[in-house]
Amino acid sequence: MKMTKFFAWFAIAVGVTYFFVPLAGTFEFSLRMRRGEYSLDAYGSVFSDVQFQQTFGFSMLMALLTIVFGMLLVVPTAYWVRLRLPQMRPFVEFVTLMPLVIPAIVIVFGYLRLYNSASYIPFTGSLLGTNILLVMSYITLSLPYMYRSVDTAMRTIDVRTLTEAAEILGAKWPTIMFRCIFPNVMSGVLSGAFITFAIVIGEFTMAALLNRPAFGPYLQLVGANKAYEPSALAIIAFAITWLSMGLIQLVSRFGKLTQSRP
Amino acid sequence: MSTASSSFIDRRTIIDWLGIAPFLIFALMFLIVPTLYLVSGAFFNAQGQFTFQNIADLFTPTIMSAYWISIKVSLASSLGGALIGFFLAWAIVLGGLPSWIRSGLLTFSGVASNFAGVPLAFAFIATLGRTGLVTVLMRDWFGFNLYSTGFNLLSFLGLTITYMFFQIPLMVLILTPALDGLKKEWREASEILGASNWQYWRMIGLPILWPSLLGTSLLLFANAFGAIATAYALTGASLNIVPILLYAQIRGDVLHNPNLGYALALGMIVITGLSNVLYIWLRMRAERWQK
Amino acid sequence: MPFLALANIKKSFGQTQVVHDFNMAIEKGEFISFLGPSGCGKTTILRMIAGFEQPSGGTIHIAGQDQTRLKPNQRNIGMVFQAYALFPNMTVFENVAFGLKVAGMPKAEIEKRVKEMLKLIHLEHLADRYPYQMSGGQQQRVALARALAPKPQVLLLDEPLSALDAKIRVSLREEIRQIQRQLGITTVFVTHDQEEALSISDRIVVMNAGRADQIGTPSDIYNRPTTRFVASFVGTLNIIEATIVDPAAGTVMIGDQTIALRESIADKTGGETISLALRPEAGSLSESAKGDTALTGKVVSANFLGSVVRTRIAVGKNTVSFDMFNSPDLIMPAPDEVVTLRFSAGDLLVIRD
Ligand SMILES: Nc1ncnc2c1ncn2[C@@H]1O[C@H](COP(=O)(O)OP(=O)(O)OP(=O)(O)O)[C@@H](O)[C@H]1O
Ligand SMILES: [Mg+2]
Repeated sequence: MKMTKFFAWFAIAVGVTYFFVPLAGTFEFSLRMRRGEYSLDAYGSVFSDVQFQQTFGFSMLMALLTIVFGMLLVVPTAYWVRLRLPQMRPFVEFVTLMPLVIPAIVIVFGYLRLYNSASYIPFTGSLLGTNILLVMSYITLSLPYMYRSVDTAMRTIDVRTLTEAAEILGAKWPTIMFRCIFPNVMSGVLSGAFITFAIVIGEFTMAALLNRPAFGPYLQLVGANKAYEPSALAIIAFAITWLSMGLIQLVSRFGKLTQSRP
Repeated sequence: MSTASSSFIDRRTIIDWLGIAPFLIFALMFLIVPTLYLVSGAFFNAQGQFTFQNIADLFTPTIMSAYWISIKVSLASSLGGALIGFFLAWAIVLGGLPSWIRSGLLTFSGVASNFAGVPLAFAFIATLGRTGLVTVLMRDWFGFNLYSTGFNLLSFLGLTITYMFFQIPLMVLILTPALDGLKKEWREASEILGASNWQYWRMIGLPILWPSLLGTSLLLFANAFGAIATAYALTGASLNIVPILLYAQIRGDVLHNPNLGYALALGMIVITGLSNVLYIWLRMRAERWQK
Repeated sequence: MPFLALANIKKSFGQTQVVHDFNMAIEKGEFISFLGPSGCGKTTILRMIAGFEQPSGGTIHIAGQDQTRLKPNQRNIGMVFQAYALFPNMTVFENVAFGLKVAGMPKAEIEKRVKEMLKLIHLEHLADRYPYQMSGGQQQRVALARALAPKPQVLLLDEPLSALDAKIRVSLREEIRQIQRQLGITTVFVTHDQEEALSISDRIVVMNAGRADQIGTPSDIYNRPTTRFVASFVGTLNIIEATIVDPAAGTVMIGDQTIALRESIADKTGGETISLALRPEAGSLSESAKGDTALTGKVVSANFLGSVVRTRIAVGKNTVSFDMFNSPDLIMPAPDEVVTLRFSAGDLLVIRD
């Protein structure tokens, strides 16, 4: 028993060291910009950089679009599979897990060859087309997470009964979808949304290869050219991730609360 | 009568399928066709003739070494992540620690498992880089020069350590519920039957955890194998791993043969795909005893 | 020298003491049941015998050897858990073989012993099944075989039947008892079902809040409960408040009726209030019933329970229940009817807490 406890504390100590030393190191480094004293200069330099503001804004917008269109795709599909096509479940689940197996760089490589300006669907031929392709690629990347959280939320409500009740009351399809299903799986939608946000905001591969001025490639550029700003950016990115995850926890706790009420 | 009912069924079937049509179209356009396009492209030459030459051309020293380093880094970081992650999950579930440690570690893992990409590279440069905190402290306090030992962050070891930063938390997140599922009675039953702690883990605990442990490890492997952002930000193009090679190829056709690029991508799919097939096969074997 | 001896066992979890000075001597081959309400400490004592919990005080001896400080895997005890606890990754055969395997028994011998055990529980044909492919009753029989395979000195069963449905519960408890007799293994059986305890035990320990209230044979426990708790927990005893009229003559007053007891109450004083116990099946309304004692009261209710009719009558401040066997020509007493209940004075027990 004493041995168990000792090893448990030991494991935790190793883990804490492994996780906190890099964070502490990064934070310390980010304060070193001014010679001989600690300062927040690096952060000031980051925030005042026009490119930071532009790329971050661009990525925020992309993340937002990804979430909206991703959910419009995922929620009805998950709903339909549960309600009408349960035999398709394994297939749909398999497809949604594929992005975990096929590397992002391979997917985007396929896009570049398939949708170049000389092809039948020249997405990359225009700015708008490329932006659309970027959003689609982000939806693909976050598909496993979005589908999972929505499907989990749907398991806890009885979709069939809910639908039938709405149909008896004479509701039409869009009403059922947006008035009954979406609000009831909101906790799943929101946690899927935040994890998507965390993935998309700093994503590098897709944006870099599609040549869009997103936050990820900007980070890489700063990393290659500056000394202290990258550390400040890493701390900011970590804070953003933490915020997203905190919101997920908040949302799922809220979801549980509303569910436990009869 | 019978025709009426069958056409009714037909209409219903059509509506059913229309319901997931958007998803199917999306999956085809943005996931399946692009992948198949590359896969088939790997078997044609620039003139559009069928050939195995591209595949054969993969077996050059540069490309092979790229695959080899990628596999090594992915394997090492996923095994390392699995091992350390397992012990952490074990500590919070079965180690008899206060419960705030458990919730704290789980929350942190949720964050750290999503902290990847370029910022992760920055964090490790600031820590273990030539002027990183740990490097400097070791030099100033212990007079120990980390880099004189041959250590380099831009190497196999450096990349492995960096990747483990998100691999370990992923493992913790997936294994914690699995460990929670080990019933106390199993352990007690084995103990009263005379088994030692080690025998319990070898004959009961680990075989039961095996599917989740293995599944996560292979997921971690695929995760690391396809990752590029961290490596690219860490090393620029100096470390020759497959994703970076493919990145360079996409950017500027460094292989001077577009179809060889397809073959390179095919190789990545084959390796991550194989790891998944292996996973499914092992899992089926390990799960004979499950419903 | 008893085979399994618990002496002055105490157990506290933090501030709360859940077992108080528990003493118990069990002979070799005996089948003992621990009977008591939920939370009274039955499992805790069983787990101390197994070695999963350390007693805060006292000693445990098996076959004359002090086991108090031994680990569970050094004790050679067999245990069957409430929730089956079969290893899900092993077949029936492997489960039963587990204890033998870790003991390092040669393969051929393991095979022979496991077959023997499976035969004992009549499951030879399911040797290759996994636990999830079996019913609860079958799983619990496998768990029994697994516990018995290494020839333990003592067998512990913690409510092994409570997760099963009623029919299987009865047949399996007979089977457990029969196997226990056949092997002559010293057994401690925990239950909170009194019928279960009464039907299969050599002796029963009735537990109350961490103490043994009474230890005795089933018939002792049922017919001669020594405490109010035992009387009310085992069976559905009537507790009747009475005032002593004359200790020497053994007369007491219930409501306004005076009756004589057979049991001596000479140690008590006149005017003192005492509690008497009366089994529901001891009384009868029939005029011809033998019985030297009668109580008259008003019927409160009469309920048809299948094989018996339970009638409750008010006698003074007490309500007394009694059962009559059902028969087609039985006339159910009507509420508010005044009836006379006859019974033998020997059926009235004095509760001495
Ligand atoms: N590990 C523990 N920590 C703190 N208190 C405990 C622990 N185990 C048991 N107890 C307490 O000890 C008392 C006796 O528990 P025990 O499990 O022995 O009861 P039991 O007689 O087996 O009841 P049941 O019939 O419900 O199984 C209970 O009040 C319980 O809350
Ligand atoms: Mg109990």
